[in-house]
Amino acid sequence: MSADIRTLLASHGGLPVDVATLADDADLYGAGLSSFASVQLMLALEDTFEIEFPDRMLNRRTFASIRSITDAVTELVAEREAAA
Amino acid sequence: MNAVGDFTPSRLRERARRVAAVAARHADAVDRDGRFPREAVEAMKAERLLGAMIPEDLGGEGAGLAAVADTCTVLGQACSASAMVFAMHQIKVSSLVEHGLDSPWHRGALERIAADQLLIASATTEGGIGGNMRNSICAVERTGDRFTLEKQATVISYGDDADGIMVTARANGEAPTTDQVMAVFFKGDYTLERTSTWDTLGMRGTCSNGYVFRGAAPVAQIIPKPFAEIAAQSMLAYAHILWSALWFGIATDAVNRARAFVRAEARKTPQTTPPGALRLAEATATLNSIRSTVLAAMERFEAAKADPDALSSVSFAVDINMVKVETSERILDVIDRCLLVCGILGYKNGTPYSLGRHLRDAHSARLMVSNERILGNTANLLLVQRQDVGLFG
Repeated sequence: MSADIRTLLASHGGLPVDVATLADDADLYGAGLSSFASVQLMLALEDTFEIEFPDRMLNRRTFASIRSITDAVTELVAEREAAA
Repeated sequence: MNAVGDFTPSRLRERARRVAAVAARHADAVDRDGRFPREAVEAMKAERLLGAMIPEDLGGEGAGLAAVADTCTVLGQACSASAMVFAMHQIKVSSLVEHGLDSPWHRGALERIAADQLLIASATTEGGIGGNMRNSICAVERTGDRFTLEKQATVISYGDDADGIMVTARANGEAPTTDQVMAVFFKGDYTLERTSTWDTLGMRGTCSNGYVFRGAAPVAQIIPKPFAEIAAQSMLAYAHILWSALWFGIATDAVNRARAFVRAEARKTPQTTPPGALRLAEATATLNSIRSTVLAAMERFEAAKADPDALSSVSFAVDINMVKVETSERILDVIDRCLLVCGILGYKNGTPYSLGRHLRDAHSARLMVSNERILGNTANLLLVQRQDVGLFG
């Protein structure tokens, strides 16, 4: 999953740096993730993982690092699978 | 205690009224000559309003957002430029109060502002960033425990008359444009070289000239928090609410003038409702809805304040952006209707019903931080927002 998220971050995050150089806990805002790009990334994540980010997750912290995104996506995928 | 915090209107109200009386006396001259409203700002200092939001243990009086917003409304009814200078200063102070209290240098800065009633300006706009203050080109250049900063600041409102300036810049020379910090400079830490002059349709007294800002100071003067967090968690909310409160003040004075006109008409022709009275009723309806919008935004902000995640959430950003867009549009409706009521006496300068200054000042509201940009950003956020369906959110 982390690899998929990295691929989406590379294509939708608009980062001025190579995503491969970022550690899982690197600060994505410090790396140049803009508010606009984080929304584009969120849409791509929703599409790829067939999830919907609830309002409580639509905040700055959720998209602060690859790890925090992975945690959020993992949680939402688990919820979807539990509901299925 | 009421819905918007420990707000007692009388806390600052009497002092605000005295400042407003001074501001009103000079409002036409400030507007005509495009000069700094120095009498009103001197009165703010004399009434010790510039330190109102600063905590008591640092020499202020710990006034909340509601009391300061109320002051903006009172001043906005007298002189828009004075009210805007006051609001912009308080927005800067709010960033220090909300994000600087853990930093010894910034606590000291707040003590200085309160003790000496220092007026703080803002340099967030820069040539080449296309008006988006969440981007910087200029960067902090560190050498040991000091840094320098040079900024092509296309706008620094009341830059010549400020006692200090808070400036945004990239965190370092390698940082991306969005990785910003905010630094505090007091007079003596910087020079300003003027590059453009503020000769505008309205809000002429804010003297928002362009400058090259050159500053040098200890690194400790940089607020130890990313500017992105300062902007999202407090600055945008304070700015949109305080601006809206003063715009509401401008519209309120227009309605008061229209009401005085209708009353005079009614006296001349008893037993009939003056034709302008219907337009006055419409203007009043819109004015009331602007007030509700501002009050609801204050309540929303106070409720979100306890939770940093709520403050940096998409739904809070959307709501707080819409307050600014909505109030800035609607004040024009209100003043325009008042102009229909007052007719040629509203159109003429120098009558008790003149509305030219109100209308010109109010036109700045949609443009200063362009509504087009705010709507664009918000439209992007709306792609992911889930709207709660209840009336109470």
